[in-house]
Amino acid sequence: MKKERNIRIVLIVVMALVLIQAGIQLFQHRHYQIPLVAGPGVTKVTNLSDYCEGLKGTQADTLVFFMEGKEPGGKLLIIANTHSNEPAALLTALIFLENAVVEKGTLIIIPQFNHSGSRHTRPGDGYPLYFEIPTSWGSKQFRMGNRDASPLDQWPDPDVYIHYPDRQLLSFLDIRNTNRTWPGRANGALMEKVTFAAMEIMRNEGVDLAVDIHGAETMFPVTNCIVAPEKSMRIATMTSLTLQAREGFDNHVEPSPKGFRGLSHREIGDYSETLPFLLEAPLPFLDQPTGPKTTALLLDGKDPFLLKLSQKKKLFVPYDENGWPMDNRVGQHCSAVLELLQQYSRKNPERAIQVLQVPRYAEVIEKGVGYYYHDPAQTEKKNVYFN
Amino acid sequence: MSMIIMIIYYIISAFILGMLIWNFIREKKSTNDMLLYLLVMIPLILRLLRVK
Repeated sequence: MKKERNIRIVLIVVMALVLIQAGIQLFQHRHYQIPLVAGPGVTKVTNLSDYCEGLKGTQADTLVFFMEGKEPGGKLLIIANTHSNEPAALLTALIFLENAVVEKGTLIIIPQFNHSGSRHTRPGDGYPLYFEIPTSWGSKQFRMGNRDASPLDQWPDPDVYIHYPDRQLLSFLDIRNTNRTWPGRANGALMEKVTFAAMEIMRNEGVDLAVDIHGAETMFPVTNCIVAPEKSMRIATMTSLTLQAREGFDNHVEPSPKGFRGLSHREIGDYSETLPFLLEAPLPFLDQPTGPKTTALLLDGKDPFLLKLSQKKKLFVPYDENGWPMDNRVGQHCSAVLELLQQYSRKNPERAIQVLQVPRYAEVIEKGVGYYYHDPAQTEKKNVYFN
Repeated sequence: MSMIIMIIYYIISAFILGMLIWNFIREKKSTNDMLLYLLVMIPLILRLLRVK
């Protein structure tokens, strides 16, 4: 009897230790705030919930930054961290947020679009909880997020997710995926409200272009590309050709499939006047046959298994022992966004958007991503936002 | 509506957790079973405490 009781106590203590140790780390991760420095171009900061009442007070609400130029012009919406485990998007958005000066038109930036997804991760898949970007003033720490929103904010998942309004049957998980819930609805699931609010921004503000930034596996064919529907195709093609000719990197164009619903590059175009584009840069961290999912793999993209697969021509992107570093991915995204703006402005001079002080591909690689981030401790408090 | 379903799922989780604790207390012989009850409790506790 006494032995039984002792065993029971030992088991409870072991479980409590595991629970407390893991629980504290997960709790701290969910509540860790990333300081975002609003640069000289920021003129207004609002919340996504200002465009959809149902987001107020939830973890799905997130910051929306407006950078209005001196002269009127077109409007560009940058959506980052639709998938929070593809962090080059956030890093690119922050380069724009901290450095861009808008001469003409307006830039609207949502750095953490799936805010709930950025506050949980996949410990079961060995994802790190955080990653750090070196800067001249120290390291800037970021939460490593997940592809889908946290079940703490939207639960349970249905057996099958029925997309609104097309009623296409999608995977149950995709009801928490903000790149499957477009165009959303005001009274739907939480992630449908998130995409609905973004649609409202585009419709109410008269946004001309929307760029949704992602990362994709090297073994997935839709990688290293610009995904565009028919109406955005001309600008996407000109951008791709110009980037290849002038900056020397491949960013081919993929057509947005008409029959696959819920994706930003499909629904934004179909349900608003905005021209949507989705940028994909290779992200070896997401590939399945890699070594451990470490922060080093996330940042430098070097993996011996992918290298072997590359030699067997199993990857959809060029891959060598240099991997696919974060600087290259962010640099690609910066150049692609700037080139999309340039091509659009050339075709629509009355709606031109002119953005200065944002580096292009070669400059980001030369100086590193961290070079463009400012020290929040040395920045005026009113310009530091926590997200 | 989705909020109501979410609350019901939390109630279901609490009920299942209660049953597991009850079975854990009643288990007298098998250490394996005791351990299994505790392991199954972990995700339920984390969810109810809104940690994971």
